[in-house]
Amino acid sequence: MIDPVVGGQFLAPGGGPVAELSRLPPDRSTPRRRTWYRQPALMAGLTITVIIIGMAVFAPLITHYNPIAQNLNDTLQGPSAAHWLGTDELGRDVWTRLLYGGRVDLRVGFIAVLFPFCLGTVLGSLAGYFGGWVELVIMRMVDVVVAFPFYVLIIALVFVLGPGERSIYIAITVVGWVSYARLVRAEILVAKRQEYVLAAQAGGLSNLRIMGRHLLPNVISQSIIYAMSDIVQDILAIVTLGYFGLGIPPPTAEWGSMINEGQSFLSTHWELTTIPGIAVVIVGLGLSLIGDGLADLHRPGQS
Amino acid sequence: MTGTDSTGTDGAGPRGTGRDEAGWATAAGTGPMLEVTDLHVQIASRRGLVRAVDGVSFEVVKGDALGIVGESGSGKSMTLRAILGVLPPEARITSGQVKLDGQDLVPLRQSDLNRIRGPRMSMIFQEPMSALNPVMRVGPQIAEGPLVHLGIGRAKAAERALDLMRRVGIPDPERRYRAYPHEFSGGMRQRVMIAIALACEPEIILCDEPTTALDVTIQDQILRLLARLCRETGVSLVFVTHDLPVVAQVCQQVAVMYGGQLVESGPVREVLHDPRHPYTLGLVRSAPDFDNVRESLIPIPGSPPSLISPPDGCRFHPRCKFAEEDCQVIEPPLKLLAGGRATACLHYERCIEALEAERSAQ
Amino acid sequence: MTAASLPAPAAPQAPDQGALLTASDLQVTFAVGSSIAARLRHETRVLRAVDGVDLEIRRGEALALVGESGSGKSTLARALTGLVPLAKGEIRFDGRVLPARRKHSDQRRIQMVFQDPYSSLNPRLTVGGMLAELLRVHHVVPRGEVGSFSRELLGLVGLGEDALSAYPRQFSGGQRQRVAIARALALRPDILVADEPVSALDVSVQATILNLLRDLRAELGLTLMLISHNLAVVRHLCDRVAVMYLGRIIEVAPTETLFSNPQHPYTRGLLAAIPKMSTAGDEGAPAIAGDPPSPLRIPAGCRFRTRCPIAEPRCEQEDPALRISADDSSHSAACHFAFAAAGAAAAG
Repeated sequence: MIDPVVGGQFLAPGGGPVAELSRLPPDRSTPRRRTWYRQPALMAGLTITVIIIGMAVFAPLITHYNPIAQNLNDTLQGPSAAHWLGTDELGRDVWTRLLYGGRVDLRVGFIAVLFPFCLGTVLGSLAGYFGGWVELVIMRMVDVVVAFPFYVLIIALVFVLGPGERSIYIAITVVGWVSYARLVRAEILVAKRQEYVLAAQAGGLSNLRIMGRHLLPNVISQSIIYAMSDIVQDILAIVTLGYFGLGIPPPTAEWGSMINEGQSFLSTHWELTTIPGIAVVIVGLGLSLIGDGLADLHRPGQS
Repeated sequence: MTGTDSTGTDGAGPRGTGRDEAGWATAAGTGPMLEVTDLHVQIASRRGLVRAVDGVSFEVVKGDALGIVGESGSGKSMTLRAILGVLPPEARITSGQVKLDGQDLVPLRQSDLNRIRGPRMSMIFQEPMSALNPVMRVGPQIAEGPLVHLGIGRAKAAERALDLMRRVGIPDPERRYRAYPHEFSGGMRQRVMIAIALACEPEIILCDEPTTALDVTIQDQILRLLARLCRETGVSLVFVTHDLPVVAQVCQQVAVMYGGQLVESGPVREVLHDPRHPYTLGLVRSAPDFDNVRESLIPIPGSPPSLISPPDGCRFHPRCKFAEEDCQVIEPPLKLLAGGRATACLHYERCIEALEAERSAQ
Repeated sequence: MTAASLPAPAAPQAPDQGALLTASDLQVTFAVGSSIAARLRHETRVLRAVDGVDLEIRRGEALALVGESGSGKSTLARALTGLVPLAKGEIRFDGRVLPARRKHSDQRRIQMVFQDPYSSLNPRLTVGGMLAELLRVHHVVPRGEVGSFSRELLGLVGLGEDALSAYPRQFSGGQRQRVAIARALALRPDILVADEPVSALDVSVQATILNLLRDLRAELGLTLMLISHNLAVVRHLCDRVAVMYLGRIIEVAPTETLFSNPQHPYTRGLLAAIPKMSTAGDEGAPAIAGDPPSPLRIPAGCRFRTRCPIAEPRCEQEDPALRISADDSSHSAACHFAFAAAGAAAAG
């Protein structure tokens, strides 16, 4: 008769899983999902980001102006009761353009991060898991892309493809996948040495299955954390492209082009350039804080 | 265990000298080298206060080797670290005394302790790769102690290091003096650690599972080396391990720990051959002994106790075959037995009976 | 029935009764630290983890593979389980040669339990999920019975059905090993390879797992291959022992024969080195002196000669093959001086 575990319970008592090892295992505590709301960085970041997203989403309810309607009688007015942040050189309400511009930038930023994330994660997994020639080819491609400064490549690509949302997505994907690939490859290199991978192989599971069901879920959290800071970078890229006139074409409200257009009036109406800039900073701050908070949560053994 | 009674010893004794019934050494002038009295170490953790070491007392007489045996969670490593004063930041000694040659170390500040660690007391760790500085050459690491603590010049310290390397059996020491730790094998690194531990000629060396990570043949070499060096230098040893046969090889005395407390102690061969505590009995029966192939290994049912809220009374009672009603309520004191032995079991005679029954059945 | 450890003769033989798995002249190598340039120039350093091993596992037996670090025992176990590619040699299962990429039906036959209970279970899968995946992929039981079969498996290893919905982190070390054993049994293998299954566990828990393995053998008629460095465990559990050193098997014998009459100097040293509760602590010369040579630079001739107390010039020139004892055909050793008293069936 096989001696049963006492009491039929399988849960270890207060001593925890460490209790039966004759040597202490490395600390492998899982992220504390229960205490995520106690993370100051995460909560601050979420608050800021949610507020801004909220404002962008509910823009039509917050302001009744049309962001692209010109009113040449009321150009360059300072802040007033009618126009909270004043008007720009074409008489458009700055506050409204800020909100609608936020819609554009945030939307494009969030979507733009998805393609590099997926592409990079897949290529990185293949490189890390199979090694050999696959890894060689993929990592050399990474080296090529990385050799170019980020903005140089993005601007060149958008220039070639012509301005517009589609070009932005393509350019960011082509340039942005490498960070994810490197990250995921490194994680997979470590994870595939874990014995549960060997066990899966011994169990005759296909490589695809092992990569998808066993490895990726254990590895993807780093990618997600990185994606948070990547959104910031993408938004900056879009804003920069807009500043160079290569982004979303006017008259659509967009922070980058707003910054560009307001430049000429820096001495007299500095708020036209500065305010969209501040908006970019605040969004960046919020997203970075979320990324930090997630990273802290993920780090083992700390509360 | 409610701490010790008035005599407060666990029966450690030097080879060859007599011991009286209470366990005190009768040879004059050989007071205990190390005397730990009612030590309590607590760790602050998110789940509560962990009582890692809960009232442990023992003695090591000069020149003796004491083995501390226990499984994980028994508190044996924490005890060692408390003695050396290198507890992790969340842990503190909440009460008790640790007397090295009569001097209590507990109230000392780190700066004072630093003068003791090295010259008078040193430690050997389990994983030599993480205990040795990977970016420092081996020779200078050995020489560092004497340089800092003994105030001898660099040249003399280097000479001393070379000499130590020879003593611990590192071949070709002149060439290997300038090697880095990663260039050595596991066994060699352990020898380097022993050299470092011996460098300032300490009075006592604490060993935390020094051979657990080594192969059997290398372990054999290291254990013999330790035994020889102890005899040659007269240094005392506290040897923590979970491996019962290793304790039998190296130590004269053994203390068994469970759930943060000391449950049995005495001369090693007697304790292992004739245990007087059900936990020790369980350990002995569940370990495959090479010389004694039993039909069935008898595991100890259940799991180690929670150190945050340990069971009332005797900590082992939930897993003990011989437990009676009083075991659930009374915390057994460490009771002295004949022959320098001690046990923290209210009904230790049941162990004697069980062993007799087993032997007569064979 | 011979403990056939000599290279298989050219002429095909009738399959040995009872030989379930036969490994012939296995070699497993790893390229070490090579850059692409060096690899193109064929200048890589090669680590011969398994360097010419012939082994037989018989149906229903418990064979132990014993050795220290660097002996290649884990690599050999993984090669037999199909996890590591062979550089040379072949593995036959039930007489059939196993190809490099095993089919599902072959892969199932040999399953493995790993040493570290903490990394051998996927932290993101529940026990039930883990078992169900294997059962489904291999169609071990019809779909509807996956749940009940999983419960049966857990019962076999002494776990309750509430374990099905739990994650590995909720278990203790010993319980995790039980889960690992249940997982290995899910595919109903013929051979269970256990790679140091209890080394990472506390002593009192080791007993439960060892007893479990022993009971499973009896109940399921399982063939067991146990990798261990702990000879006491081996003595307790196994019928036959093969001792490895630097990638070769240097002695094979039934357990008691090996322990009472070891013929290879390394085996003798290994046995003498074991700390025993009964022997006195002693400062004499260690059983085996020195460090094992690096597997990257295996000594010419007999690979043990650098540490061998009875080595002679002949040992450097001639690499001893496994020779069978004339007195006891189940005992073989790879030493020029083995079975000297009894006289050996010299085979070269």
